[in-house]
Amino acid sequence: GRVKEMNTYAWPTVFGGAGGESERTRADIISTVEFNYSGDLLATGDKGGRVVIFQREQENKSRPHSRGEYNVYSTFQSHEPEFDYLKSLEIEEKINKIRWLPQQNAAHFLLSTNDKTIKLWKISERDKRAEGYNLKDEDGRLRDPFRITALRVPILKPMDLMVEASPRRIFANAHTYHINSISVNSDHETYLSADDLRINLWHLEITDRSFNIVDIKPANMEELTEVITAAEFHPHQCNVFVYSSSKGTIRLCDMRSSALCDRHSKFFEEPEDPSSRSFFSEIISSISDVKFSHSGRYMMTRDYLSVKVWDLNMESRPVETHQVHEYLRSKLCSLYENDCIFDKFECCWNGSDSAIMTGSYNNFFRMFDRDTRRDVTLEASRESSKPRASLKPRKVCTGGKRKKDEISVDSLDFNKKILHTAWHPADNVIAVAATNNLYIFQDKIN
Amino acid sequence: MLSKGLKRKREEEEEKEPLAVDAWWLDPGHASVAQAPPAVASSSLFDLSVLKLHHSLQQSEPDLRHLVLVVNTLRRIQASMAPAAALPPVPSPPAAPSVADNLLASSDAALSASMASLLEDLSHIEGLSQAPQPLADEGPPGRGIGGAAPSLGALDLLGPATGCLLDDGLEGLFEDIDTSMYDNELWASEGLKPGPEDGPGKEEAPELDEAELDYLMDVLVGTQALERPPGPGR
Repeated sequence: GRVKEMNTYAWPTVFGGAGGESERTRADIISTVEFNYSGDLLATGDKGGRVVIFQREQENKSRPHSRGEYNVYSTFQSHEPEFDYLKSLEIEEKINKIRWLPQQNAAHFLLSTNDKTIKLWKISERDKRAEGYNLKDEDGRLRDPFRITALRVPILKPMDLMVEASPRRIFANAHTYHINSISVNSDHETYLSADDLRINLWHLEITDRSFNIVDIKPANMEELTEVITAAEFHPHQCNVFVYSSSKGTIRLCDMRSSALCDRHSKFFEEPEDPSSRSFFSEIISSISDVKFSHSGRYMMTRDYLSVKVWDLNMESRPVETHQVHEYLRSKLCSLYENDCIFDKFECCWNGSDSAIMTGSYNNFFRMFDRDTRRDVTLEASRESSKPRASLKPRKVCTGGKRKKDEISVDSLDFNKKILHTAWHPADNVIAVAATNNLYIFQDKIN
Repeated sequence: MLSKGLKRKREEEEEKEPLAVDAWWLDPGHASVAQAPPAVASSSLFDLSVLKLHHSLQQSEPDLRHLVLVVNTLRRIQASMAPAAALPPVPSPPAAPSVADNLLASSDAALSASMASLLEDLSHIEGLSQAPQPLADEGPPGRGIGGAAPSLGALDLLGPATGCLLDDGLEGLFEDIDTSMYDNELWASEGLKPGPEDGPGKEEAPELDEAELDYLMDVLVGTQALERPPGPGR
């Protein structure tokens, strides 16, 4: 049953630094996690510009306990640090987002982006090589044509599997500001990229130009009060996309209505609750992630304290609001001081849209079952993850007497943030990034 | 590499923070900030926000979202501060006990010193005596304190017509990071819509200084090798 889904996550596979906290390097910090369309591949990007792809092992009867584990499939350097001489600025190599393309042949394609440049990578397998060339030796040296006395047909021989990643397109020089989102269109030909003030539309085959479809840069920059925080294409309607803002609003745009989508078709905003108004109201309303449901009927937004589910047909308020860590509301001042209030958490749907997941602090992450209205807090840490035991639900004590096994708010470690989580598109397999460690949990019940 | 100190903005910002946040977090004895927001912000919250703004602007490429949120929060705080409340360099005793004030009391000296020097810089900036025009979307009235008291006027940093932390006025707040030279002209061709007019193009491209030029020449000539990590597919 559904309740069981949430309480019996186990079988953690952990990838990451072997050392403790003190040994972690900044470059290893995971900055994005994404399953492909089938869920067989899981990609991570990190602060050092590296992409690591994991592949799910085929379950086979001879090893019933392998349970479709994920192992490293390919690793490559996607982005390098660059220096912009004109602006005297270093461009970080950190991978902000990875998005897979739907698979069309044996190779896999993904888009990865840093602050300024998007790259299309092709990941392909090679398990054969040709032998017996006429014009060159086995070691590749050209043979003297006069010494070739007979012709032979090269034959293919098996070799150890090699996975190669090669950059096929580089989409550069189209963003003045920092790219926060990329999203592949359902037409499989175009994609969008969004920075703080603009959204561009690209064709996957064309790298030397893009169409600007949203521009919120004011004529006078001192009038700037709002930035774009996330953007995504509708999963089925290829002319529709949404983008969220730092003021907690979401705009839905239809590209059929005009070339430049400065006018939105729909505007989603929840009126502010006057009783909870504070100086930090705007900051905590800033949306850090927006995701359409698989069905395309709903979208979900993440702000600092909550996750909201919106019905696309109702702009006035969300249909569901789930509190992630409401106990932080009384701590906003100190969270403002240490900049934690600016942390950008992502959120994700499960394959059937019946559950949603998002991260929190202290390596906690939260799952909400939309049907039963139940929620659970789990922890991703090596200490609390034993291979076959289920993840134990955690609880934060918000006041009064602290029960055994509860954690008080003041004991939470705010350096251990889970910003990136991903859910397998069909199965109950989840990937959780805790700083530089990747946890993959599977549902115990088959 | 050049400008080493300019990257990894967020981490360096945290290291520079003079506030002892760690002690705060772990001490269960501290009272939480009151649930109800104070009608008037404590001046220490104002100071903190100005400090954040200053840090943000010091980055060569500020995080625009962070900057905008801090600026908007600062405007709110400023708007709530009653005109009669003096804003001396040394914050007055807080009206409502708040942990922020308790914490900042210990670093008042440092803050007041930096505020004082900021004010001194601002007093040389033109336009400080102009009465600020209230922004259209600002809520609470009474914001137009005007340039009546020079110290108040100086602190009205974010009014549209007054001077600001940067030499070339509030416009410089954002224009410094805007390079219109990258915009639209390069992409304008048939089928593409050219973007709207950019702001006044009076900012100039930052000039390469001598050290940077030397480095650049060395790289081009090949005496300076650029480090290259292993290629893809390894």
